[in-house]
Amino acid sequence: MSNHKITATNPIPRAAAGPQRGPLGMGRGPMGGMMKGEKAKDFRGTLRRLMAYMAKYRLRVAVVFLFAVVSTIFSIAGPKILGRATTELFSGVMARLQGGGNIDFAVIGRILLTVLTLYAISAVFAYLMGWLMSAVSADIAFRFRRDIARKLNLIPFQYFDNTTHGETLSRITNDVDTISQTLGQSLTQIVTSAVSVLGVLVMMLSISWQMTLVALVVLPLSMGLVGFIVRQSQTYFKQQQEYLGHVNGHIEEMYAGHVVMKAFNGEAKALAKFETFNDSLHASAWKSQFLSGLMMPMMHFVGNVGYVGVSILGGVLAIRGIITVGDIQAFLQYMRSFTQPIAQLANISNVLQQTAAAAERVFAFLDEKQELEEAANPVNPPSVAGRVAFENVHFGYDPAKPVIKNFSAIAEPGRKVAIVGPTGAGKTTMVKLLMRFYDVDAGRITIDGHDIRDFRRADLRRNFAMVLQDTWLYNATIMENIRYGRLDATDDEVIAAAKAAYVDHFVHTLPDGYAMELNEESSNISQGQKQLLTIARAILADPRILILDEATSSVDTRTELLIQKAMDGLMRGRTSFVIAHRLSTIRNADLILVMNEGDIVEQGSHDELITRNGFYAELYNSQFEPTVVG
Amino acid sequence: MLKLIRYLKPYLLTVAIIVVLLFVQANMDLALPDYLSRIVNVGIQQGGVDSPFPKLLRAAELERLSLFLDETERGQVKSAYRRYGSGDPEFAALAESLPAIGQDAILILTSDDRATLQAIRGPLSRALAASGVLRQLAANPLGQPDLPSIPGLDLTRLPAGLDLLDVLARLPADQSVAIKQAVLAQLDGLGDGMVEQAAIRAVRAEYAALGLDLEKLQTGYIVQTGLLMLALTLGSALVTILIGLLASRTAAGIARALRRDVFRTVVGFSGAEFDQFSTASLITRSTNDVTQVQMVIFMLLRMVIYAPIMGGGGFIRAMGKAPSMGWIIGLAVLVMLALIVVVFIIAMPKFRSIQKLVDRLNLVARENLTGLMVVRAFNRQPFEERRFDGANQELTSVNLFVNRVMVVMMPVMMLVMNLLSIAVIWVGAHQIAESAMQVGDMMAFLQYTMQIVMSFLMLSMVFIFLPRASVSGDRIAEVLRTRRSVKDPGLPVPLPPAQGARVEFRDVSFRYPGADSDVLCNISFTAEPGQTTAIIGPTGSGKSTIVNLIPRFYDVTAGVVLVDGVDVRAAAQADLRDRIGYVPQKATLFSGTVASNLRYGLDAADKVQLAEAVAAAQAADFVNNREGGYEATVSQGGANLSGGQKQRLSIARALVKRYPVYIFDDSFSALDLKTDSALRHALKDTVRQATLIIVAQRVSTIMQADRIVVLDEGQIVGQGSHRELMASCATYREIVNSQLGTKEKA
Repeated sequence: MSNHKITATNPIPRAAAGPQRGPLGMGRGPMGGMMKGEKAKDFRGTLRRLMAYMAKYRLRVAVVFLFAVVSTIFSIAGPKILGRATTELFSGVMARLQGGGNIDFAVIGRILLTVLTLYAISAVFAYLMGWLMSAVSADIAFRFRRDIARKLNLIPFQYFDNTTHGETLSRITNDVDTISQTLGQSLTQIVTSAVSVLGVLVMMLSISWQMTLVALVVLPLSMGLVGFIVRQSQTYFKQQQEYLGHVNGHIEEMYAGHVVMKAFNGEAKALAKFETFNDSLHASAWKSQFLSGLMMPMMHFVGNVGYVGVSILGGVLAIRGIITVGDIQAFLQYMRSFTQPIAQLANISNVLQQTAAAAERVFAFLDEKQELEEAANPVNPPSVAGRVAFENVHFGYDPAKPVIKNFSAIAEPGRKVAIVGPTGAGKTTMVKLLMRFYDVDAGRITIDGHDIRDFRRADLRRNFAMVLQDTWLYNATIMENIRYGRLDATDDEVIAAAKAAYVDHFVHTLPDGYAMELNEESSNISQGQKQLLTIARAILADPRILILDEATSSVDTRTELLIQKAMDGLMRGRTSFVIAHRLSTIRNADLILVMNEGDIVEQGSHDELITRNGFYAELYNSQFEPTVVG
Repeated sequence: MLKLIRYLKPYLLTVAIIVVLLFVQANMDLALPDYLSRIVNVGIQQGGVDSPFPKLLRAAELERLSLFLDETERGQVKSAYRRYGSGDPEFAALAESLPAIGQDAILILTSDDRATLQAIRGPLSRALAASGVLRQLAANPLGQPDLPSIPGLDLTRLPAGLDLLDVLARLPADQSVAIKQAVLAQLDGLGDGMVEQAAIRAVRAEYAALGLDLEKLQTGYIVQTGLLMLALTLGSALVTILIGLLASRTAAGIARALRRDVFRTVVGFSGAEFDQFSTASLITRSTNDVTQVQMVIFMLLRMVIYAPIMGGGGFIRAMGKAPSMGWIIGLAVLVMLALIVVVFIIAMPKFRSIQKLVDRLNLVARENLTGLMVVRAFNRQPFEERRFDGANQELTSVNLFVNRVMVVMMPVMMLVMNLLSIAVIWVGAHQIAESAMQVGDMMAFLQYTMQIVMSFLMLSMVFIFLPRASVSGDRIAEVLRTRRSVKDPGLPVPLPPAQGARVEFRDVSFRYPGADSDVLCNISFTAEPGQTTAIIGPTGSGKSTIVNLIPRFYDVTAGVVLVDGVDVRAAAQADLRDRIGYVPQKATLFSGTVASNLRYGLDAADKVQLAEAVAAAQAADFVNNREGGYEATVSQGGANLSGGQKQRLSIARALVKRYPVYIFDDSFSALDLKTDSALRHALKDTVRQATLIIVAQRVSTIMQADRIVVLDEGQIVGQGSHRELMASCATYREIVNSQLGTKEKA
């Protein structure tokens, strides 16, 4: 199941991404388990924690174990009793050959009926076991996912500076899936396999210790063989993964950059490089596949050697009258069912490693530091005028590298503050500090004189609305998307906000109007329309303080004018912080903060800054000197 | 999937060998239960005697047996044996190994003629069986109530040590015939199987009379059979390894060929084909899909072909053991089939909905993540949690349902298998009672049925993921089938060498394949050497499309694009592109070093050339300050560089070589205004005589161009200098107004 979604941040699904699978994506098939996957750093600790997480299912798991034991014992008893039927049959035949006696169908019938009952009971218990365990697994998965999603909203922004969305999403889907699938499976397997091995051993011993010895001698042989093959194929498997990475990397690169490759006549170069990678992949791929494919015939071979040994010994013992013919039949059946649980037991540690590795990642996420505690005695003024002051603010994403040093500024209520500077200058940092997505390292930011850290976060943010260039809308109707600004708004209020943001007109041109569902990438409306929707959302929220990010080039001219008009309307009477690109906006701002390389280098009005003839003046003028080209 | 069958062609012989080997393997695997049944039937039950022909026979005993043979039969039997009397030279050695015979003459089976042996098998068996029955009668006269009493003979009073057969031979003819017939009649009622079993017992008795070590005979038979089994097992393992070797080579070889062909095809694609498939999809097709196909070929060769051979072979052998029990196998297969079908009918639609629900869960979580700022700004955390819980709940309940349906499979399959063995024993017991088969045969039958069911299960597992691989195959075939839309002419016109080349659009229209309307309509303009031609217009007006037509990333739908008077479609693509320095909208770098990227268009470029280009592209500072400088590594797609740095390197790459034509497709937007301006200064010095075509969003970037082409909705709405357009072109004015304050417009 590949849940790859192509997102804006990750336009190309990386073939090599995701958890390491078995050779050639056999997934959790036979090979997946055989090949050692990633390991947990603290295997025992993680497992113990996982058990604690499962404590509430204690009773149910105990019942599952009980059922597993019952089911296994009943199914193990079968062959031996069935063997008695064969013996009965055989001795009947022999008796008749020697004259006298015949096959006693009554006895055979009774034996078969007993076995039938045993098997039926075993099947019922096996199903009950699966039924119960499915519920436990599903519930664990549900709880893990819910906990992760809760945590998502408590984690500070810093975390996401270093973690991609894909990684976090992978916790919710891949890791939780791994845990729920392997946990249920391995828990029941530990019980059934252990009981099987023990039970089968007892049954085999009860038939003949000599034959059991032969059967057991085969075991270390097969273990050694399997270990050898795994080691050998692992080398090639790693090689193959590496070469596959080269090939896939080259393919991605050339396809994604095909315009450049063609423009610079790079086809031949690309092909030549590809051939080299492809050849080395081929060489390691077939070896890896061949060697890992050896496992089955080898196990089969060893199994057959045991089969032959038991047949010979059984035959000899049978003519001496030590065992019966039915015993041979039963023993052979036991031998066949002996190797499987042993292989399973051997594999369980690998499976548990996978579980632990996944669980460790999930727990690590759940353990992430949360946002700082809320203030002990929070302030919550009923209404806010909107006077925002920065007082000697220091801040750095990495405290060792401050990006804002000793910054002070005051935005009076209802005034417009423009933040300008080259791309990457840290303009959005100001915004993040204001909204307390990050906290200042030193100094303070106040609203109407209250330190923003004295507010509860929710109360603080209630005073703000944001319109960002990166328009975020979600997969719901247009109506619902605007209502996101105030969940209890009536339809009429939503439509009023839509009208104020010039949304109403274009909504009527869309199929289904306000009831139109935005698709997953919100690509069924234009970029400009999205921007207008986010403005409508902000209007509906009706905050005292606004944070705006002006649209740049991705919007056509006419929509751009609409957006500007809508933004102007929105800003009226509110304290606004505008990340500005348009000279017209910058020029009539009450205060301009000029940023460069993460620092506020100048502040003042347009005219003041031009007179100062500093960085701002240079930035401003550079656009209008004669173009050199031509 | 079938469309890729030609890739199997070079491996046809290998595949044929694999099929043959699979038959060998199946036969070897299937022979094992057969040998087991021999151990039980012959080794244990028959004491190691596998046929009713005694290999050694006392001459006197044959005389006694003759009682039950007619004249011709007697002759045939005698001819099959060679007689060694005390006079023969070999007799001494024989007598030594058989101490019990004394001086009696001995017969050794010498004939290996099938017809003779077949002819005497029945009569000899009957005679041996009859002798056995009579001797038993003599040994235990009261234990055989169903034998008729022999008139005039009181068996209980037979002197000890006297052979009943000898007595019989001396009886008057009419009496002996009556007894003979009574015994034979009883034998005939038992059926051939029982007669043969009785004969084999008589053979053992004869061997005992000869003084052979019976226990050694029996153990020897079992060990010998066991060794044969071991040889078979070894052979089967070797064959399997060989199959694995051939299959993995074939699968990997086909994958290599497929991957190469797909890559070659895609590299030849023009923009139109890339649009048709999407880059992401083409990547998946070249990587994961090929891997899928490789996997399935391997499985096909090893398991899919093997399963029916195994199942079929098992069936034939099972039927050979007991044709009357075939219906049990049929029934078992039917039940399994029904189970699988039912489970899949119930679970399949749910599987599909699980995929949708997983996507939904992902979507909700991803939206929460991408909108983290908005979610927190609006305090919508509880709302998001409710949304997630809804999706989570739905997914969990469907998952649980499917799991509970799927866990039915294992116990029921096991139960069916177990019922199968019970049924085989019950029905087999009756068959054995009717002497239609032996116990060992029944045991072998049991193993065959298991093998059949197993191969059946194996096959059904394969069919679960076969559809997925088949989709992959189709997706690959689709790529391979696609023909490139931009082709080289048969006789390309060479482009003249020049410092600058005139680029002319004459009435050009363009429509994307499959689109309803033209993106570009009647475009005509000329870009002169030594001049800058700028193209500006709102998003979607067709700016990039125009420049894409020059290096033939797409071909025009109507009209013509000329470079130095030559239709671009008449020139070779390589020749044409060798004249165009192209800087794309999205800066794309390849993994390697800064230098390897810069040299992409000109392998031979020296350090000075690189440094000049880097300086002109305003990239000197960051390249020199970077650890490693020109040799600093660039990761895939240039991921370790910022957008502005990539853009500047991408510009430098085009400047390393002197091209007559330069195209900058909105290449300055990632640069700040200052760098933008400095770069344009530097360009002036570097490529003075070339033809420059610049697509831009920012008015400030192009205000000073010699000619500005204003596009709106695919049509040219104005051409001229900034000043001219301000006066004449409304669209241009609108663009300028939205970007500049009033002062700068003039």
